[in-house]
Amino acid sequence: MERLEYEFDGGAPVAPRNRPTLTGVLGSGNLEVLVEPADLGGRVRVEVQTAAVGFGAIWQAVLADVFARWQVGDIRVSINDAGATPAVVALRLDQALSDHTGGGA
Amino acid sequence: MTSWLEATARERIAGLLDPGSFTEFVPPEARITSPHLAQLNQPAAFDDGVAVGRGTLEGAPMLIAAQEGAFMGGAVGEVHGAKITGLLERALDERAPVLLLLESGGVRLHEANAGLIAVSEIMRAILALRGAGVPVIVLNGGRVGVFGGMGIATCLCDRLIMSEDARLGLSGPEVIETTMGVEEFDAADRALVWRVTGGKNRAIFGEAVLVPDDIAAFRAAIRLDPVPLDVEAEHALLGARLDRFGAAEDALDIWADLGIETPARLPLLDTDDFLSAIEGKLA
Repeated sequence: MERLEYEFDGGAPVAPRNRPTLTGVLGSGNLEVLVEPADLGGRVRVEVQTAAVGFGAIWQAVLADVFARWQVGDIRVSINDAGATPAVVALRLDQALSDHTGGGA
Repeated sequence: MTSWLEATARERIAGLLDPGSFTEFVPPEARITSPHLAQLNQPAAFDDGVAVGRGTLEGAPMLIAAQEGAFMGGAVGEVHGAKITGLLERALDERAPVLLLLESGGVRLHEANAGLIAVSEIMRAILALRGAGVPVIVLNGGRVGVFGGMGIATCLCDRLIMSEDARLGLSGPEVIETTMGVEEFDAADRALVWRVTGGKNRAIFGEAVLVPDDIAAFRAAIRLDPVPLDVEAEHALLGARLDRFGAAEDALDIWADLGIETPARLPLLDTDDFLSAIEGKLA
């Protein structure tokens, strides 16, 4: 298992009263994403626990792409991963951010 | 129509209870995760594979737990089990009915004794509720089915609602094949596995109320009046069943013995046609 941490500049802060949301399931080849409001000065913090070791550069690329599309800030994103492929990760994050923001951002 | 089989544990809760009424206890953001999986260097789910909380069903307050079959086959670890036991103990304090949305292979082997103890605590808490006349209803419609210790726990509850896609058993098919040989039970024969452990056979034995794979159908089948517990009568019933059907090689033999016409067609029937075909022919 590997623990990875990333930060991104972020965009419009999400409402601090948004309830935490859990999206997806930690099943084989899948991941769960917990999104919570956090006072991070507008930034986005991502913490990943993954069963697949050695893919830090790919996580960086996928997450940078997601948060370039989702201009949101002041959120903490926690991911438990059981070997999801990059495409599944990107789609699940889109779903999680949509769930958390009520569909738009 | 919304499939129970395809839904996650949280989607089942949302589809079953009155909209927006669910309040979760020990939610994912509390991060009460399995200490055992961390020691084994495995990722641990934020909710340890079960969501527990309170909500209302057509206005009536109840407590609810839902196991997530996609996380480690819904297996019961220490935290997972403690969440369910805590919910059942709260139900005793509050005299509130409990809905258990189960999907589980049984004890989580990674957690060994802690998982076994957790399952026994769940059973004890269910029996305390039965003794107090507080109803506990199992809803079983997931891909994994309900096996092992959770299969026993299910049989301790007031009522069981199942779809034909779901299964209920003690040892799972692969376990029986591995320990007793393929001649005893061929786990690769899916039709055989479902004939023996599936919702239709459980309905024929009067153990389950059979419903289509639809969350609304599960909701409509919920009855909350408690079923009186008579352990000795239950033992006598099981003894008589063993005497009558103990030599059967396959559920088909039992269905034929019950006088059901062309029993081989039963697995192909939809729920309504199946229920008409077995009317008055229950074991």
